[in-house]
Amino acid sequence: MNAALIWIILPMLGGIAVLFFVRGRSSAWIGGSLAALLSVIALIIPIDRALLLGSISFKISPSIQVLGRSFILNTADGPLVGLIYGVASIWFFGSERSGKAHRFVSLGLMVISLLTASIAVEPFLFAALLLEMAAMLVVPLLVPLDQKPGRGVIRFLIFQTMAMPFILFSGWMLAGVEVSPGDIGLTTQAGTMLGLGFAFLFAIFPLYSWIPLLSEETNPYATGFLLWALPTFTVIFGLGFLDRYGWLRTSGQLAAAIQIAGVLMTASAGIFASTQNHIGRMLGYGAIAETGLFLIAMGLRSAQALDTTFLLLLPRGVEFAVWSLGLNLLVQSRPSLRFGDVKGIARQYPLACTAIIFAHLSVTGLPTLAGFPPRLALLHILSSQSVMLSFWVFLGMLGLLTGAIRTLAVFVMAEEDTPWNWSESPIESGMLVLGVLALFMLGMLPQVLQPLVVRLPLIFEHLIQ
Amino acid sequence: MVEAVISWLVVILIWFAAIFLLSGRDWRVQLAVMAFQYLAAFWLITRHLPFAMASAKLVAGWMVVASLGMTRISLIQVDEQASFRAQDRFFPLTLAGVVAVVTAGASPRIEAVIPGIGLPVIAGSLLLVGTGLMQLGITSNILRIILGLLSLLMGFEIIYSAVESSILVAGLLAVTNLALGLVGSYLLMAEATPSSELEEDLLT
Repeated sequence: MNAALIWIILPMLGGIAVLFFVRGRSSAWIGGSLAALLSVIALIIPIDRALLLGSISFKISPSIQVLGRSFILNTADGPLVGLIYGVASIWFFGSERSGKAHRFVSLGLMVISLLTASIAVEPFLFAALLLEMAAMLVVPLLVPLDQKPGRGVIRFLIFQTMAMPFILFSGWMLAGVEVSPGDIGLTTQAGTMLGLGFAFLFAIFPLYSWIPLLSEETNPYATGFLLWALPTFTVIFGLGFLDRYGWLRTSGQLAAAIQIAGVLMTASAGIFASTQNHIGRMLGYGAIAETGLFLIAMGLRSAQALDTTFLLLLPRGVEFAVWSLGLNLLVQSRPSLRFGDVKGIARQYPLACTAIIFAHLSVTGLPTLAGFPPRLALLHILSSQSVMLSFWVFLGMLGLLTGAIRTLAVFVMAEEDTPWNWSESPIESGMLVLGVLALFMLGMLPQVLQPLVVRLPLIFEHLIQ
Repeated sequence: MVEAVISWLVVILIWFAAIFLLSGRDWRVQLAVMAFQYLAAFWLITRHLPFAMASAKLVAGWMVVASLGMTRISLIQVDEQASFRAQDRFFPLTLAGVVAVVTAGASPRIEAVIPGIGLPVIAGSLLLVGTGLMQLGITSNILRIILGLLSLLMGFEIIYSAVESSILVAGLLAVTNLALGLVGSYLLMAEATPSSELEEDLLT
């Protein structure tokens, strides 16, 4: 058996099989089960170690050769792959009630497969190409054939495509910098190229205009999946650069630039979120703020930078799955997600509204919710380095909180005599309740993540030193 | 010597193609220009990559153009030439001029930073990247946006082929081009399919 075969080719084939041979809601259960199974295998079976099962001895070999290059998933990658497929399974099971499970699961599996390949490919630089392919595969997920493509999806496609050349070329230049580290001109050029590439990939201010547009134009569940998956793998890719190139790792200027970009994203997204009148756009700004936090964590000049980044990574999938699932239920009964259209909807969809509000509050970092422990850790380190940056992050969080309070006010703004209904189905209710419970569990018992948080950073052998 | 002359000739033809791509209103002309640009790029790529690898890029590019053309021909839309005005050509021509000037200024500098690539290869690459960027900046038409992105990628591929000769990268870039073409075809179809909401609006 081969790791690439199990976690790259199998889900890709699974996605294709679901696309052609499975119809209806069963695709959600098939895709979710496959992803969950892959997650369990990644978490319990070590790669590249011989195991004895009864009388049968087997080993998952770590690498596969394709056109002269390797795709390697080794022992250290196991927890990350397990986490990704675990969160992906939540998304796939959740799509059961989205009404678009077939399309979502088939394309989703293929996207996750490509993104996993981006972790495995050697040289890791080529991951930019796989990220680009994954981005293109997301487009049919965002725009069904009966819906006109809006500005958001076009901008998304343009920005993701523009990122790839910058990153590939900067990778080639970085190799030159390694050979002659004293060449300031080359270093500056390589750094600029790399910065531009990641600015497009991370959707750094002001290049994030496509996110709120997309959140408004497209299905919130598909958008939520995109806003979870792509930034997560981009973070891994970005950390890979820092791990690979020593001068990037030790550059104080680069760390400061990354942090300022992150603070700009978090603060501006929070401020914009506080003035929105569309709860879909609110999700978009939440995602931008969270990506900003990733950048701040990556730029921390501290031994805990890597741990904090992974601590932020873990709850993100749950937060956005719960938020998107709630929004998806609301959008099925209302013409849009504007405040005017969802006014008083809490009396019709109490659980969905509760889930949206708790997920939103978790992104703002409210205590007892999943987002609180990583934000506390981040602000603790950041405030010891710069009080001013901490203030702006706090302001961003305050903006998001304002958005959550406004959303809550709109949800409960019903006429006096409006009766309470329970419009969610039992399965939907179960999923939402489990999601909210997971948010509380991750917030109140963050130590459950400890085994993962300890093992995840091991994939970056230089950064952990 | 002959090869250098041909390369410069190709660069000049790329610039003329850029003018057509930016100012053309007929999608058939634009796709034909795109197909020609792939041929021109093929020549410049063969300066650094083996003939077989360059051919793969050419075939992939032509397949993209074919898929976009087949999709577009099956769609019934308002004739874009109907709304054409003579003064509409002036701005794209100016942009093509700007691209040419920037290319002329930047190519020798890039040649100095990355020696050995060859001035015509750099100039051809920059012309295509510039044309793609300008195209992206002036239009909201999906076909033109996809052509802009393809032009941008083609320009990048020319210069990248000089520094990276990996077969995997060449293959992945070809797949990326094909995927972009398919996404373009998909978006063109989605744009042309009347949504139920729009149909209701029309009925009421």
